[in-house]
Amino acid sequence: MSESMTMVDAVNLALAHELEQDTDVVLLGEDIGVNGGVFRATAGLLERFGPHRIMDTPLAENLIAGLAIGMASQGLKPVAEIQFMGFIFPTMEQLIAHGARMRNRTRGRLSCPLVIRAPFGGGIHAPEHHSESTEALLAHIPGLRVVIPSSPARAYGLLLAAIRCPDPVIFLEPKRIYRAVKQPVSDNGIALPLDTCFTLREGNDITLISWGAMIKETLEAADQLAQDGISCEVIDVATLNLLDHATLLASVSKTGRCVIVHEAPHHGGMGAEISATLAERGLLDLKAPVARVTGFDTIMPYYRLENQYLPNSADIVEAARQTLEFV
Amino acid sequence: MTIAYQGEILFSRYLDATGKAVDTVPEWAEQPDTLVEYYRQMTLARLFDSKAIALQRTGQLGTYPSMLGGEAIDIPTAALMQAEDVLIPYYRNHAMQVMRGIEWRDVLLYWGGDERGSANPAQGQDLPNCVPIATQCLHACGVAAAFRIRDEKRVAVTLCGDGATSKGDFLEALNVAGTWQLPLVFIINNNQWAISVPRAMQCGAPTLAQKALGAGLRGEQVDGNDVIAVHQAVSRALERARAGKGPSVIEAISYRLSDHTTADDATRYRSNEELKAAWEREPIKRLRNYLHDRGWWDENRETQWQQTANARVQQAVQDYLATAPDSAGAQFDHLYATLPVQLSEQRERAIRQAEPGGRHHE
Repeated sequence: MSESMTMVDAVNLALAHELEQDTDVVLLGEDIGVNGGVFRATAGLLERFGPHRIMDTPLAENLIAGLAIGMASQGLKPVAEIQFMGFIFPTMEQLIAHGARMRNRTRGRLSCPLVIRAPFGGGIHAPEHHSESTEALLAHIPGLRVVIPSSPARAYGLLLAAIRCPDPVIFLEPKRIYRAVKQPVSDNGIALPLDTCFTLREGNDITLISWGAMIKETLEAADQLAQDGISCEVIDVATLNLLDHATLLASVSKTGRCVIVHEAPHHGGMGAEISATLAERGLLDLKAPVARVTGFDTIMPYYRLENQYLPNSADIVEAARQTLEFV
Repeated sequence: MTIAYQGEILFSRYLDATGKAVDTVPEWAEQPDTLVEYYRQMTLARLFDSKAIALQRTGQLGTYPSMLGGEAIDIPTAALMQAEDVLIPYYRNHAMQVMRGIEWRDVLLYWGGDERGSANPAQGQDLPNCVPIATQCLHACGVAAAFRIRDEKRVAVTLCGDGATSKGDFLEALNVAGTWQLPLVFIINNNQWAISVPRAMQCGAPTLAQKALGAGLRGEQVDGNDVIAVHQAVSRALERARAGKGPSVIEAISYRLSDHTTADDATRYRSNEELKAAWEREPIKRLRNYLHDRGWWDENRETQWQQTANARVQQAVQDYLATAPDSAGAQFDHLYATLPVQLSEQRERAIRQAEPGGRHHE
């Protein structure tokens, strides 16, 4: 029984499913209770599960992370919402100095099975601080998983997996596609695998690698290239840490050419890590330099110019053509 | 205008610096058992402390933060907590952790650079040492919230220094503890110095305990060199928390008789006169005088106890020094619940490199 729904509905469905299945799952964050979250991701959950499990916190993001770590140390599975990724920075000390390390520094005596959810990325004409993509900052930290869905069905399955994961997961939700498409999602409780890329389209000529909202433009680019007879393999990375090297290397060993697409700035972005991995371990398979289509190395412009900043499908097509023309 | 809010912070002390009662001592302090046990634990902590510093000075231990001067705060607090309560320490609460189940050897392992120092299962759900300042106060709120969610009659107890009260984490923790009326006790060991910065430069308020009032908590101040006063305050706070009557802040006034850590030299920033005066108020001598006056302790018992305590500390040192470093693979084995395939190659390399000559690829 599948119902057609948006990504934000799928997030809500996964949260409700785990709250129903596991009494250790609790939600905390700002405005997640009566208001149901500023994007309505937690709508209706307070009514169903009560204020002991759906907790509006005082307005302090560092507090939310610290609370979640304390709860997780006692065996609860807190799922915390940070309202926008632009406000995740106060949580970084807690996540890096404690959440990511709890299992290791106690040699497994304590652990930190928490999820931090945060909407991220540009494209919805939001105010300053509401549009950045800083996933690479988090993916750099050993012990923290960083997971990004790119469709309603993957949001449902990956969020279930994140909540069930015995270690901390940062779950970044690309808000540009929160309501952009509907897709049938079955509330079957089946989690998707973490640490695994999803090959969305198989192809032989070039590998297009992306994640989150940019999957939309990447698939559009693949469609345009297909009209010229170019067969693109499209990979949704989905988990940025831990990165599924095997799938990426296998694809590039087949196609020999690769374009990596992300909204985040070029410098030090996850594209650099993937590109370096391909160079280190797949150089002899490469027929052309790996190309990156990314945001600029600038402060993300306010929304009047945000579309000038965000890569689009034409940028991806152009990069793919240049890569294909390289001899 | 009318008064919108009025609060007060009460200060309590039972023993003066010489161990003379300045107030009617509670009934339990009219009996020897508890106080003699506190005395034993406090002197053991001090003995361990001097041994740990000696180990550091001789290159056998890493940087170590001393407990010196905080004994009358930590010992009764650990003794009064129930086993099922949870301790969320900062980095100066070694004796408390030992009283709650770990070995002195584990303390040496931790400060000797070995993660296994926080791995003793006897520590239960207690959190490990917290080196970043005040971040543990938020964990304590999460722990206490977990008790509330599960409707358990347990209490979370967290400690910090005076410097930590300047951090947002401390204030955010007080704020949520008051809002949610969590079963939680905050204890500030106000030892007057945050490394080189004195109490007066941390905060313009006359007491640190009054920060509680701004967040809807009970706050009180005690003489942190007076083990009876600390016992009374901690008992009150634990009982209230366990009975669902909300969180408390206890500001215990002490003095950091040591350097901040073995990496610090306090003579750079504070006077010998001040330190000398602080030694006149220190907690162990005060309690010993009280015990002597009551006839509950004497030189003979002191000598016997020092022998016992010495043997325990010596044993801990031997156990610590006899513990071989952990395997180079251990850093991978506990990073995630299961070893990810992505790390297996690095793990093998780490183990290979740790073997004799392993870094040179001969």
